[in-house]
Amino acid sequence: MGKLSLQLPDMKKLNEMTIEEAARALRAREYSVQDLWDACIKAIHENNPKLNAYLEIFPADTAAVAAAQKRIDTEGEKAPLLCGIPLAIKDNILIEGKIASAASKMLENYRATYDATVVKKLKETGALFLGRTNMDEFAMGSSTEHSAFGKTLNPHDTTRVPGGSSGGSAAAVAAHLAIAALGSDTGGSIRQPAALTGLVGLKPTYGAVSRSGLIAMGSSLDQIGPLTKTVADARILYEAIRGKDVLDSTTIPDGLYKTAKPVKHLRIGVPKDLLKEGIDEDVRKTFDVMLEKLMKAGHTLVDIELPTSAHALAAYYVIMPAEVSTNLARLDGIRYGHFSRGDTLLDDYINSRTEGFGEETRRRILLGTFVLSSGYIDAYYRKADAARAILRKEYDDSFTKVDVITFPTTLSPAFKFGDKGDPLSMYLEDIFTVTANLTGMPAISVPMGNVKRDGKDLPVGIHFTAPHQGEEILFAIGAAVEKI
Amino acid sequence: MATIDDVKKLAALARMRVGDAELAKFTSEFDAILAYVGQLEQLNLPKDLKAGKPPVRNVMREDGEPHKGGTYTEKLAEQFSAREGNALSVKQIIQHGKAFASAPRYEKTK
Repeated sequence: MGKLSLQLPDMKKLNEMTIEEAARALRAREYSVQDLWDACIKAIHENNPKLNAYLEIFPADTAAVAAAQKRIDTEGEKAPLLCGIPLAIKDNILIEGKIASAASKMLENYRATYDATVVKKLKETGALFLGRTNMDEFAMGSSTEHSAFGKTLNPHDTTRVPGGSSGGSAAAVAAHLAIAALGSDTGGSIRQPAALTGLVGLKPTYGAVSRSGLIAMGSSLDQIGPLTKTVADARILYEAIRGKDVLDSTTIPDGLYKTAKPVKHLRIGVPKDLLKEGIDEDVRKTFDVMLEKLMKAGHTLVDIELPTSAHALAAYYVIMPAEVSTNLARLDGIRYGHFSRGDTLLDDYINSRTEGFGEETRRRILLGTFVLSSGYIDAYYRKADAARAILRKEYDDSFTKVDVITFPTTLSPAFKFGDKGDPLSMYLEDIFTVTANLTGMPAISVPMGNVKRDGKDLPVGIHFTAPHQGEEILFAIGAAVEKI
Repeated sequence: MATIDDVKKLAALARMRVGDAELAKFTSEFDAILAYVGQLEQLNLPKDLKAGKPPVRNVMREDGEPHKGGTYTEKLAEQFSAREGNALSVKQIIQHGKAFASAPRYEKTK
Protein backbone atom coordinates (compact mmCIF):
# COMPACT_ATOMS: atom_id res chain seq x y z
CA MET A 1 0.00 0.00 0.00
CA GLY A 2 1.37 3.35 -1.01
CA LYS A 3 2.01 6.15 1.41
CA LEU A 4 -1.01 8.42 1.90
CA SER A 5 -0.52 12.02 0.94
CA LEU A 6 -1.24 14.39 3.79
CA GLN A 7 -2.55 16.97 1.37
CA LEU A 8 -5.96 16.35 -0.14
CA PRO A 9 -6.19 17.07 -3.86
CA ASP A 10 -8.76 19.84 -3.44
CA MET A 11 -6.89 21.42 -0.58
CA LYS A 12 -5.37 24.84 -1.17
CA LYS A 13 -1.62 25.05 -1.36
CA LEU A 14 -0.12 27.01 1.53
CA ASN A 15 0.82 29.99 -0.61
CA GLU A 16 -2.73 30.15 -1.99
CA MET A 17 -4.27 30.79 1.41
CA THR A 18 -5.66 34.10 2.60
CA ILE A 19 -4.31 35.81 5.72
CA GLU A 20 -7.29 34.50 7.67
CA GLU A 21 -6.80 30.92 6.47
CA ALA A 22 -3.05 30.95 7.00
CA ALA A 23 -3.38 32.45 10.51
CA ARG A 24 -5.90 29.77 11.44
CA ALA A 25 -3.70 26.97 10.02
CA LEU A 26 -0.64 28.26 11.89
CA ARG A 27 -2.56 28.38 15.17
CA ALA A 28 -3.96 24.89 14.61
CA ARG A 29 -0.35 23.68 14.11
CA GLU A 30 -1.29 22.33 10.70
CA TYR A 31 1.79 24.02 9.29
CA SER A 32 4.76 25.90 10.64
CA VAL A 33 5.75 29.47 9.81
CA GLN A 34 8.75 28.01 7.99
CA ASP A 35 6.43 25.82 5.84
CA LEU A 36 4.39 28.86 4.84
CA TRP A 37 7.49 30.92 4.05
CA ASP A 38 8.99 28.05 2.01
CA ALA A 39 5.77 27.56 0.03
CA CYS A 40 5.75 31.25 -0.95
CA ILE A 41 9.45 31.26 -1.83
CA LYS A 42 9.03 28.11 -3.94
CA ALA A 43 6.14 29.72 -5.84
CA ILE A 44 8.23 32.86 -6.33
CA HIS A 45 11.17 30.90 -7.75
CA GLU A 46 8.84 29.04 -10.10
CA ASN A 47 6.83 32.00 -11.38
CA ASN A 48 8.63 35.26 -10.76
CA PRO A 49 11.09 34.84 -13.66
CA LYS A 50 8.05 34.91 -15.95
CA LEU A 51 5.96 37.57 -14.19
CA ASN A 52 8.66 39.95 -12.86
CA ALA A 53 6.44 40.81 -9.90
CA TYR A 54 9.39 41.04 -7.49
CA LEU A 55 12.50 43.13 -8.11
CA GLU A 56 14.28 41.43 -5.23
CA ILE A 57 13.54 38.35 -3.16
CA PHE A 58 14.84 38.69 0.38
CA PRO A 59 16.80 35.86 1.99
CA ALA A 60 14.87 34.20 4.80
CA ASP A 61 15.19 36.14 8.03
CA THR A 62 15.59 33.03 10.17
CA ALA A 63 15.44 35.00 13.42
CA ALA A 64 12.12 36.60 12.39
CA VAL A 65 10.69 33.24 11.27
CA ALA A 66 11.70 31.63 14.58
CA ALA A 67 10.36 34.57 16.61
CA ALA A 68 6.99 34.43 14.80
CA GLN A 69 6.74 30.67 15.39
CA LYS A 70 7.59 31.09 19.05
CA ARG A 71 4.99 33.81 19.44
CA ILE A 72 2.27 31.65 17.88
CA ASP A 73 3.34 28.74 20.08
CA THR A 74 3.26 30.77 23.27
CA GLU A 75 0.49 33.31 22.60
CA GLY A 76 -1.79 31.06 20.52
CA GLU A 77 -5.02 32.89 19.63
CA LYS A 78 -3.71 36.10 21.19
CA ALA A 79 -0.88 36.37 18.65
CA PRO A 80 -1.56 39.01 15.96
CA LEU A 81 -3.24 37.56 12.86
CA LEU A 82 -0.31 38.74 10.74
CA CYS A 83 2.25 36.89 12.88
CA GLY A 84 4.26 34.62 10.57
CA ILE A 85 2.43 35.78 7.42
CA PRO A 86 4.75 36.41 4.41
CA LEU A 87 3.98 39.70 2.66
CA ALA A 88 5.23 41.52 -0.43
CA ILE A 89 6.19 45.19 -0.11
CA LYS A 90 6.12 47.77 -2.89
CA ASP A 91 9.56 49.07 -3.79
CA ASN A 92 8.80 52.63 -2.61
CA ILE A 93 8.28 51.63 1.05
CA LEU A 94 11.42 51.68 3.19
CA ILE A 95 12.67 48.59 5.00
CA GLU A 96 15.83 49.35 6.97
CA GLY A 97 18.94 47.92 5.33
CA LYS A 98 17.13 46.93 2.13
CA ILE A 99 17.26 48.68 -1.21
CA ALA A 100 14.21 50.86 -1.94
CA SER A 101 14.53 51.97 -5.55
CA ALA A 102 10.99 53.08 -6.44
CA ALA A 103 11.80 51.11 -9.64
CA SER A 104 14.10 53.95 -10.72
CA LYS A 105 17.73 54.00 -11.87
CA MET A 106 17.97 57.08 -9.65
CA LEU A 107 17.62 54.97 -6.49
CA GLU A 108 18.87 51.64 -7.87
CA ASN A 109 21.45 51.38 -5.09
CA TYR A 110 19.70 53.39 -2.38
CA ARG A 111 19.57 51.44 0.86
CA ALA A 112 16.93 52.49 3.37
CA THR A 113 18.39 53.88 6.59
CA TYR A 114 15.20 53.41 8.59
CA ASP A 115 11.90 51.52 8.57
CA ALA A 116 8.76 53.14 7.18
CA THR A 117 6.20 53.43 9.98
CA VAL A 118 4.01 50.81 8.25
CA VAL A 119 6.98 48.41 8.11
CA LYS A 120 7.77 49.03 11.77
CA LYS A 121 4.15 48.27 12.64
CA LEU A 122 4.14 45.10 10.53
CA LYS A 123 7.39 43.93 12.13
CA GLU A 124 5.76 44.40 15.52
CA THR A 125 2.95 42.04 14.49
CA GLY A 126 5.50 39.39 13.45
CA ALA A 127 4.74 39.65 9.72
CA LEU A 128 7.52 38.55 7.34
CA PHE A 129 8.75 40.25 4.16
CA LEU A 130 9.30 38.17 1.03
CA GLY A 131 10.73 40.89 -1.15
CA ARG A 132 10.17 44.23 -2.84
CA THR A 133 7.77 44.44 -5.75
CA ASN A 134 7.96 46.11 -9.13
CA MET A 135 6.11 49.33 -9.90
CA ASP A 136 5.98 52.22 -12.32
CA GLU A 137 8.97 54.46 -11.63
CA PHE A 138 8.24 56.65 -8.57
CA ALA A 139 4.66 55.31 -8.76
CA MET A 140 3.94 57.19 -11.98
CA GLY A 141 1.91 55.02 -14.29
CA SER A 142 -0.97 52.61 -14.60
CA SER A 143 0.70 49.53 -16.11
CA THR A 144 4.23 49.01 -14.62
CA GLU A 145 5.52 49.64 -18.15
CA HIS A 146 7.34 52.66 -16.72
CA SER A 147 9.52 50.58 -14.37
CA ALA A 148 13.25 50.98 -15.02
CA PHE A 149 13.62 47.25 -14.41
CA GLY A 150 11.17 45.72 -16.89
CA LYS A 151 7.42 45.39 -16.92
CA THR A 152 5.35 43.07 -14.72
CA LEU A 153 2.96 40.63 -16.42
CA ASN A 154 -0.66 40.05 -15.47
CA PRO A 155 -1.00 36.46 -14.16
CA HIS A 156 -4.49 36.19 -15.74
CA ASP A 157 -3.08 36.88 -19.21
CA THR A 158 0.62 37.51 -19.60
CA THR A 159 0.11 39.55 -22.78
CA ARG A 160 -1.64 42.15 -20.63
CA VAL A 161 -0.63 44.67 -17.98
CA PRO A 162 -1.31 44.03 -14.29
CA GLY A 163 -2.17 47.71 -13.85
CA GLY A 164 -0.09 50.14 -11.89
CA SER A 165 1.65 51.63 -10.28
CA SER A 166 1.46 48.84 -7.65
CA GLY A 167 1.42 46.22 -10.44
CA GLY A 168 4.18 44.09 -8.90
CA SER A 169 2.34 43.81 -5.58
CA ALA A 170 -0.90 42.97 -7.42
CA ALA A 171 0.69 40.31 -9.64
CA ALA A 172 2.52 38.80 -6.64
CA VAL A 173 -0.71 38.31 -4.66
CA ALA A 174 -2.84 37.30 -7.66
CA ALA A 175 -0.30 34.61 -8.64
CA HIS A 176 -0.01 33.47 -5.00
CA LEU A 177 3.62 34.59 -4.69
CA ALA A 178 2.62 36.31 -1.42
CA ILE A 179 -0.29 35.98 0.99
CA ALA A 180 -0.94 39.73 0.72
CA ALA A 181 0.93 42.91 -0.16
CA LEU A 182 1.30 46.61 0.49
CA GLY A 183 1.01 49.15 -2.28
CA SER A 184 0.68 52.91 -2.46
CA ASP A 185 -2.09 54.91 -4.11
CA THR A 186 -1.75 58.47 -5.41
CA GLY A 187 -4.45 58.39 -8.09
CA GLY A 188 -5.58 54.76 -8.16
CA SER A 189 -2.29 52.86 -7.90
CA ILE A 190 -3.68 50.26 -5.48
CA ARG A 191 -7.28 50.03 -6.71
CA GLN A 192 -6.68 49.88 -10.47
CA PRO A 193 -4.13 46.99 -10.32
CA ALA A 194 -6.36 45.24 -7.76
CA ALA A 195 -9.27 45.46 -10.22
CA LEU A 196 -7.19 44.22 -13.16
CA THR A 197 -5.80 41.22 -11.26
CA GLY A 198 -8.93 40.15 -9.35
CA LEU A 199 -7.93 41.43 -5.91
CA VAL A 200 -9.26 43.68 -3.20
CA GLY A 201 -7.43 47.01 -2.99
CA LEU A 202 -7.97 49.70 -0.37
CA LYS A 203 -6.91 53.35 -0.48
CA PRO A 204 -7.40 54.50 3.11
CA THR A 205 -8.59 57.97 4.19
CA TYR A 206 -5.82 60.52 3.68
CA GLY A 207 -4.00 60.61 7.02
CA ALA A 208 -5.25 57.21 8.23
CA VAL A 209 -1.89 55.56 7.45
CA SER A 210 1.49 57.19 8.05
CA ARG A 211 3.48 58.20 4.98
CA SER A 212 6.75 58.24 6.93
CA GLY A 213 9.14 56.08 4.93
CA LEU A 214 7.08 56.14 1.74
CA ILE A 215 9.06 57.63 -1.14
CA ALA A 216 6.92 60.68 -1.84
CA MET A 217 5.15 61.25 -5.14
CA GLY A 218 2.21 63.60 -4.51
CA SER A 219 2.26 64.36 -0.80
CA SER A 220 -1.34 65.60 -0.55
CA LEU A 221 -2.60 62.49 -2.38
CA ASP A 222 -0.37 59.52 -1.39
CA GLN A 223 -1.59 56.77 0.93
CA ILE A 224 -0.23 53.28 1.64
CA GLY A 225 -2.78 50.46 1.61
CA PRO A 226 -3.35 46.72 1.25
CA LEU A 227 -3.74 44.48 -1.81
CA THR A 228 -5.34 41.25 -0.67
CA LYS A 229 -7.35 38.22 -1.77
CA THR A 230 -10.38 39.09 0.39
CA VAL A 231 -12.04 42.08 2.04
CA ALA A 232 -11.44 40.53 5.47
CA ASP A 233 -7.71 40.37 4.69
CA ALA A 234 -7.70 44.01 3.59
CA ARG A 235 -9.21 44.90 6.96
CA ILE A 236 -6.59 42.90 8.88
CA LEU A 237 -3.72 44.57 7.04
CA TYR A 238 -5.30 48.02 7.24
CA GLU A 239 -5.87 47.71 10.99
CA ALA A 240 -2.21 46.72 11.43
CA ILE A 241 -0.73 49.69 9.56
CA ARG A 242 -3.10 52.54 10.40
CA GLY A 243 -2.82 55.08 13.21
CA LYS A 244 -1.55 58.52 14.11
CA ASP A 245 2.20 58.88 13.82
CA VAL A 246 4.46 61.60 15.21
CA LEU A 247 6.65 61.16 12.12
CA ASP A 248 3.82 62.24 9.79
CA SER A 249 1.91 65.31 10.93
CA THR A 250 -0.78 64.70 8.30
CA THR A 251 -1.91 61.53 10.10
CA ILE A 252 -5.24 61.94 11.85
CA PRO A 253 -6.62 60.75 15.19
CA ASP A 254 -9.57 58.35 15.40
CA GLY A 255 -12.94 60.07 15.34
CA LEU A 256 -11.72 63.28 13.66
CA TYR A 257 -14.61 62.93 11.23
CA LYS A 258 -18.06 61.97 12.40
CA THR A 259 -18.77 58.90 10.33
CA ALA A 260 -21.83 56.72 10.74
CA LYS A 261 -21.38 53.04 11.59
CA PRO A 262 -22.22 50.61 8.78
CA VAL A 263 -25.80 49.40 8.80
CA LYS A 264 -27.09 46.14 7.31
CA HIS A 265 -28.63 47.71 4.26
CA LEU A 266 -26.67 50.51 2.67
CA ARG A 267 -27.69 53.38 0.43
CA ILE A 268 -25.50 53.17 -2.66
CA GLY A 269 -25.08 56.36 -4.68
CA VAL A 270 -24.71 55.87 -8.44
CA PRO A 271 -23.50 58.92 -10.43
CA LYS A 272 -25.30 57.93 -13.65
CA ASP A 273 -24.14 60.99 -15.62
CA LEU A 274 -20.53 59.87 -15.27
CA LEU A 275 -21.29 56.39 -16.52
CA LYS A 276 -22.91 57.42 -19.80
CA GLU A 277 -19.91 57.02 -22.05
CA GLY A 278 -16.40 55.65 -22.30
CA ILE A 279 -17.01 52.44 -20.36
CA ASP A 280 -16.39 49.09 -22.05
CA GLU A 281 -19.73 47.41 -22.78
CA ASP A 282 -18.87 44.18 -20.92
CA VAL A 283 -17.59 46.09 -17.89
CA ARG A 284 -20.79 48.15 -17.84
CA LYS A 285 -22.90 45.00 -18.07
CA THR A 286 -21.01 43.33 -15.21
CA PHE A 287 -21.40 46.49 -13.15
CA ASP A 288 -25.15 46.72 -13.79
CA VAL A 289 -25.63 43.05 -12.91
CA MET A 290 -23.76 43.58 -9.64
CA LEU A 291 -25.88 46.63 -8.77
CA GLU A 292 -29.03 44.63 -9.49
CA LYS A 293 -27.84 41.87 -7.17
CA LEU A 294 -26.93 44.34 -4.43
CA MET A 295 -30.41 45.79 -4.70
CA LYS A 296 -31.94 42.32 -4.42
CA ALA A 297 -29.80 41.76 -1.33
CA GLY A 298 -31.62 44.67 0.32
CA HIS A 299 -29.36 47.64 -0.45
CA THR A 300 -30.84 50.77 -2.01
CA LEU A 301 -29.60 52.44 -5.20
CA VAL A 302 -29.79 56.23 -5.25
CA ASP A 303 -29.15 58.45 -8.28
CA ILE A 304 -26.67 61.17 -7.42
CA GLU A 305 -24.92 63.95 -9.29
CA LEU A 306 -21.25 64.77 -9.03
CA PRO A 307 -20.83 67.25 -11.90
CA THR A 308 -17.28 68.33 -11.01
CA SER A 309 -16.10 64.70 -11.23
CA ALA A 310 -15.94 65.20 -14.98
CA HIS A 311 -13.07 67.62 -14.33
CA ALA A 312 -11.38 65.58 -11.59
CA LEU A 313 -8.75 63.99 -13.82
CA ALA A 314 -7.82 67.38 -15.28
CA ALA A 315 -7.41 68.81 -11.78
CA TYR A 316 -5.39 65.76 -10.76
CA TYR A 317 -3.03 66.13 -13.72
CA VAL A 318 -2.21 69.65 -12.54
CA ILE A 319 -1.91 69.04 -8.78
CA MET A 320 -0.06 65.72 -9.00
CA PRO A 321 2.76 66.82 -11.37
CA ALA A 322 3.14 70.03 -9.34
CA GLU A 323 3.77 67.93 -6.23
CA VAL A 324 5.94 65.47 -8.17
CA SER A 325 8.23 68.22 -9.47
CA THR A 326 8.56 69.57 -5.94
CA ASN A 327 9.15 66.20 -4.25
CA LEU A 328 11.61 64.93 -6.83
CA ALA A 329 13.67 68.14 -6.68
CA ARG A 330 15.47 66.59 -3.71
CA LEU A 331 16.97 63.90 -5.94
CA ASP A 332 20.21 65.37 -7.22
CA GLY A 333 22.66 62.53 -6.70
CA ILE A 334 24.69 64.40 -4.10
CA ARG A 335 23.57 62.87 -0.79
CA TYR A 336 22.23 59.61 -2.18
CA GLY A 337 21.04 58.12 -5.44
CA HIS A 338 22.49 58.04 -8.93
CA PHE A 339 25.47 60.38 -9.27
CA SER A 340 27.09 61.47 -12.50
CA ARG A 341 29.99 63.92 -12.34
CA GLY A 342 30.18 67.02 -14.51
CA ASP A 343 32.42 70.09 -14.67
CA THR A 344 30.41 72.20 -12.27
CA LEU A 345 28.04 71.51 -9.38
CA LEU A 346 25.15 72.43 -11.68
CA ASP A 347 26.41 69.85 -14.18
CA ASP A 348 26.48 67.28 -11.39
CA TYR A 349 22.79 67.91 -10.73
CA ILE A 350 21.81 67.96 -14.39
CA ASN A 351 23.79 64.84 -15.31
CA SER A 352 22.55 62.87 -12.30
CA ARG A 353 18.91 63.79 -12.83
CA THR A 354 18.98 63.33 -16.61
CA GLU A 355 20.54 59.85 -16.33
CA GLY A 356 18.62 58.82 -13.22
CA PHE A 357 15.04 59.60 -14.23
CA GLY A 358 13.06 57.67 -16.83
CA GLU A 359 10.91 59.24 -19.52
CA GLU A 360 7.56 59.41 -17.70
CA THR A 361 9.19 60.82 -14.57
CA ARG A 362 10.88 63.56 -16.59
CA ARG A 363 7.61 64.29 -18.41
CA ARG A 364 5.76 64.82 -15.15
CA ILE A 365 8.55 66.89 -13.60
CA LEU A 366 8.45 69.17 -16.65
CA LEU A 367 4.66 69.37 -16.52
CA GLY A 368 4.78 70.21 -12.81
CA THR A 369 7.44 72.85 -13.40
CA PHE A 370 5.18 74.36 -16.06
CA VAL A 371 1.96 74.52 -14.02
CA LEU A 372 3.81 76.08 -11.09
CA SER A 373 5.66 78.67 -13.15
CA SER A 374 4.64 82.29 -12.70
CA GLY A 375 2.22 83.30 -15.39
CA TYR A 376 0.56 79.91 -15.42
CA ILE A 377 0.01 79.17 -11.74
CA ASP A 378 -3.36 81.00 -11.70
CA ALA A 379 -4.60 79.38 -14.89
CA TYR A 380 -3.69 75.86 -13.84
CA TYR A 381 -2.66 75.17 -10.24
CA ARG A 382 -5.02 77.58 -8.43
CA LYS A 383 -7.92 76.56 -10.68
CA ALA A 384 -7.23 72.87 -10.04
CA ASP A 385 -7.01 73.47 -6.31
CA ALA A 386 -10.40 75.22 -6.45
CA ALA A 387 -11.88 72.33 -8.47
CA ARG A 388 -10.61 70.00 -5.78
CA ALA A 389 -12.47 71.95 -3.10
CA ILE A 390 -15.70 71.94 -5.12
CA LEU A 391 -15.36 68.21 -5.74
CA ARG A 392 -14.93 67.54 -2.05
CA LYS A 393 -18.01 69.63 -1.27
CA GLU A 394 -20.07 67.71 -3.85
CA TYR A 395 -19.00 64.41 -2.30
CA ASP A 396 -19.74 65.68 1.22
CA ASP A 397 -23.20 66.80 0.09
CA SER A 398 -23.89 63.44 -1.57
CA PHE A 399 -22.93 61.61 1.61
CA THR A 400 -25.85 63.25 3.39
CA LYS A 401 -28.07 61.10 1.12
CA VAL A 402 -26.01 57.93 0.62
CA ASP A 403 -23.55 55.74 2.56
CA VAL A 404 -21.25 54.89 -0.35
CA ILE A 405 -20.74 56.03 -3.93
CA THR A 406 -20.03 53.46 -6.62
CA PHE A 407 -18.75 53.11 -10.18
CA PRO A 408 -16.57 50.56 -11.98
CA THR A 409 -12.91 50.83 -10.87
CA THR A 410 -11.70 50.99 -14.47
CA LEU A 411 -13.20 51.74 -17.88
CA SER A 412 -12.06 48.39 -19.28
CA PRO A 413 -10.33 45.14 -18.29
CA ALA A 414 -6.51 44.84 -18.38
CA PHE A 415 -5.12 46.20 -21.65
CA LYS A 416 -2.30 44.77 -23.75
CA PHE A 417 1.28 45.95 -23.37
CA GLY A 418 1.94 48.97 -25.55
CA ASP A 419 -1.76 49.70 -26.12
CA LYS A 420 -1.59 53.03 -24.29
CA GLY A 421 1.46 54.48 -25.97
CA ASP A 422 0.53 58.14 -25.69
CA PRO A 423 0.62 59.59 -22.17
CA LEU A 424 -2.91 61.01 -22.17
CA SER A 425 -4.58 57.66 -22.92
CA MET A 426 -2.63 56.11 -20.03
CA TYR A 427 -3.67 58.99 -17.75
CA LEU A 428 -7.34 58.29 -18.57
CA GLU A 429 -6.98 54.90 -16.83
CA ASP A 430 -7.30 56.78 -13.53
CA ILE A 431 -10.43 58.73 -14.46
CA PHE A 432 -12.63 57.16 -11.78
CA THR A 433 -10.09 56.49 -9.05
CA VAL A 434 -8.47 59.95 -8.74
CA THR A 435 -11.48 61.53 -7.05
CA ALA A 436 -10.85 59.63 -3.82
CA ASN A 437 -7.28 60.97 -3.72
CA LEU A 438 -8.38 64.53 -4.46
CA THR A 439 -11.07 64.44 -1.75
CA GLY A 440 -8.97 62.39 0.69
CA MET A 441 -11.83 59.92 1.12
CA PRO A 442 -11.30 56.16 1.54
CA ALA A 443 -12.09 53.91 -1.42
CA ILE A 444 -12.00 50.21 -2.18
CA SER A 445 -11.99 48.06 -5.30
CA VAL A 446 -13.57 44.61 -5.00
CA PRO A 447 -13.74 41.97 -7.77
CA MET A 448 -17.19 42.05 -9.43
CA GLY A 449 -16.72 39.34 -12.06
CA ASN A 450 -14.87 38.55 -15.24
CA VAL A 451 -15.10 39.62 -18.85
CA LYS A 452 -13.82 37.47 -21.71
CA ARG A 453 -11.07 38.69 -24.00
CA ASP A 454 -9.21 36.44 -26.49
CA GLY A 455 -10.71 33.40 -24.77
CA LYS A 456 -9.39 34.42 -21.35
CA ASP A 457 -11.33 35.49 -18.29
CA LEU A 458 -10.16 38.90 -17.15
CA PRO A 459 -11.24 40.22 -13.75
CA VAL A 460 -12.87 43.62 -13.32
CA GLY A 461 -13.59 45.56 -10.15
CA ILE A 462 -16.37 47.57 -8.56
CA HIS A 463 -15.31 50.72 -6.72
CA PHE A 464 -16.83 52.26 -3.60
CA THR A 465 -15.99 55.56 -1.94
CA ALA A 466 -17.06 56.34 1.64
CA PRO A 467 -16.87 59.54 3.72
CA HIS A 468 -13.60 60.31 5.55
CA GLN A 469 -12.74 57.59 8.09
CA GLY A 470 -15.57 55.44 6.71
CA GLU A 471 -13.37 52.37 6.05
CA GLU A 472 -15.75 50.16 8.04
CA ILE A 473 -18.55 51.01 5.61
CA LEU A 474 -16.26 50.00 2.73
CA PHE A 475 -15.49 46.66 4.39
CA ALA A 476 -19.24 46.11 4.90
CA ILE A 477 -20.20 46.80 1.28
CA GLY A 478 -17.10 44.89 0.09
CA ALA A 479 -18.18 41.86 2.08
CA ALA A 480 -21.68 42.20 0.62
CA VAL A 481 -20.21 42.09 -2.91
CA GLU A 482 -18.10 39.04 -2.02
CA LYS A 483 -21.20 37.20 -0.79
CA ILE A 484 -22.97 37.61 -4.14
CA MET B 1 0.59 76.06 -27.09
CA ALA B 2 3.96 74.86 -25.86
CA THR B 3 7.05 75.49 -27.97
CA ILE B 4 10.35 73.65 -28.06
CA ASP B 5 11.95 76.67 -26.39
CA ASP B 6 9.39 76.50 -23.57
CA VAL B 7 10.22 72.86 -22.88
CA LYS B 8 13.95 73.66 -23.00
CA LYS B 9 13.44 76.38 -20.40
CA LEU B 10 11.37 74.08 -18.19
CA ALA B 11 14.09 71.43 -18.39
CA ALA B 12 16.70 73.99 -17.34
CA LEU B 13 14.50 75.05 -14.41
CA ALA B 14 14.03 71.40 -13.41
CA ARG B 15 17.79 70.74 -13.65
CA MET B 16 17.46 68.23 -16.47
CA ARG B 17 18.67 67.90 -20.03
CA VAL B 18 16.26 66.91 -22.79
CA GLY B 19 17.70 65.69 -26.11
CA ASP B 20 16.51 67.15 -29.43
CA ALA B 21 14.42 64.12 -30.40
CA GLU B 22 12.73 64.08 -27.03
CA LEU B 23 12.17 67.83 -27.09
CA ALA B 24 9.89 67.55 -30.11
CA LYS B 25 8.05 64.58 -28.58
CA PHE B 26 7.56 66.22 -25.17
CA THR B 27 6.40 69.45 -26.83
CA SER B 28 3.65 67.78 -28.84
CA GLU B 29 2.58 65.65 -25.87
CA PHE B 30 2.44 68.78 -23.72
CA ASP B 31 0.00 70.33 -26.15
CA ALA B 32 -2.34 67.35 -25.83
CA ILE B 33 -2.03 67.23 -22.02
CA LEU B 34 -2.46 70.98 -21.59
CA ALA B 35 -5.48 70.95 -23.93
CA TYR B 36 -6.99 68.29 -21.68
CA VAL B 37 -6.28 70.02 -18.37
CA GLY B 38 -7.39 73.31 -20.00
CA GLN B 39 -10.98 72.11 -19.55
CA LEU B 40 -10.65 73.50 -16.02
CA GLU B 41 -11.15 76.89 -17.65
CA GLN B 42 -14.82 76.01 -18.20
CA LEU B 43 -15.43 75.57 -14.48
CA ASN B 44 -17.54 78.21 -12.80
CA LEU B 45 -15.93 78.73 -9.46
CA PRO B 46 -18.01 79.94 -6.53
CA LYS B 47 -16.50 82.87 -4.64
CA ASP B 48 -16.38 81.04 -1.34
CA LEU B 49 -14.37 77.86 -1.59
CA LYS B 50 -13.98 77.37 2.14
CA ALA B 51 -16.75 74.75 2.28
CA GLY B 52 -14.73 72.21 0.33
CA LYS B 53 -11.36 72.84 1.93
CA PRO B 54 -10.19 70.31 4.49
CA PRO B 55 -10.56 71.64 8.05
CA VAL B 56 -7.41 73.26 9.37
CA ARG B 57 -6.23 71.85 12.68
CA ASN B 58 -3.24 72.28 14.91
CA VAL B 59 -0.61 69.63 14.26
CA MET B 60 2.06 71.08 16.58
CA ARG B 61 3.48 68.70 19.14
CA GLU B 62 6.04 68.81 21.91
CA ASP B 63 9.57 67.94 20.86
CA GLY B 64 10.34 64.35 21.71
CA GLU B 65 13.70 62.96 22.79
CA PRO B 66 16.04 62.98 19.81
CA HIS B 67 17.88 59.78 18.92
CA LYS B 68 21.45 59.40 20.14
CA GLY B 69 23.94 61.38 18.06
CA GLY B 70 25.74 59.28 15.48
CA THR B 71 23.13 56.53 15.30
CA TYR B 72 22.53 57.05 11.59
CA THR B 73 25.76 58.78 10.60
CA GLU B 74 27.51 55.84 8.97
CA LYS B 75 24.38 54.61 7.21
CA LEU B 76 23.75 58.06 5.76
CA ALA B 77 27.37 58.73 4.89
CA GLU B 78 27.62 55.41 3.05
CA GLN B 79 25.20 56.79 0.47
CA PHE B 80 27.10 60.04 -0.20
CA SER B 81 28.35 60.55 -3.73
CA ALA B 82 31.70 61.54 -2.17
CA ARG B 83 32.73 61.79 1.45
CA GLU B 84 35.55 63.06 3.60
CA GLY B 85 35.31 61.23 6.88
CA ASN B 86 31.74 61.76 7.94
CA ALA B 87 31.32 64.88 5.83
CA LEU B 88 29.58 65.08 2.47
CA SER B 89 32.06 66.42 -0.03
CA VAL B 90 30.82 68.71 -2.81
CA LYS B 91 32.40 70.97 -5.38
CA GLN B 92 33.55 74.36 -4.27
CA ILE B 93 31.13 76.91 -5.69
CA ILE B 94 32.50 80.25 -4.48
CA GLN B 95 36.04 81.48 -4.91
CA HIS B 96 37.49 84.95 -4.56
CA GLY B 97 37.24 86.74 -7.87
CA LYS B 98 35.83 83.77 -9.70
CA ALA B 99 32.33 83.13 -10.92
CA PHE B 100 30.26 80.03 -10.29
CA ALA B 101 30.70 78.64 -13.79
CA SER B 102 34.48 78.77 -13.59
CA ALA B 103 34.73 76.89 -10.31
CA PRO B 104 37.61 74.42 -10.24
CA ARG B 105 37.10 70.85 -11.27
CA TYR B 106 36.17 68.61 -8.46
CA GLU B 107 38.63 66.00 -7.22
CA LYS B 108 37.04 62.94 -5.73
CA THR B 109 38.45 62.12 -2.32
CA LYS B 110 37.22 58.57 -2.08
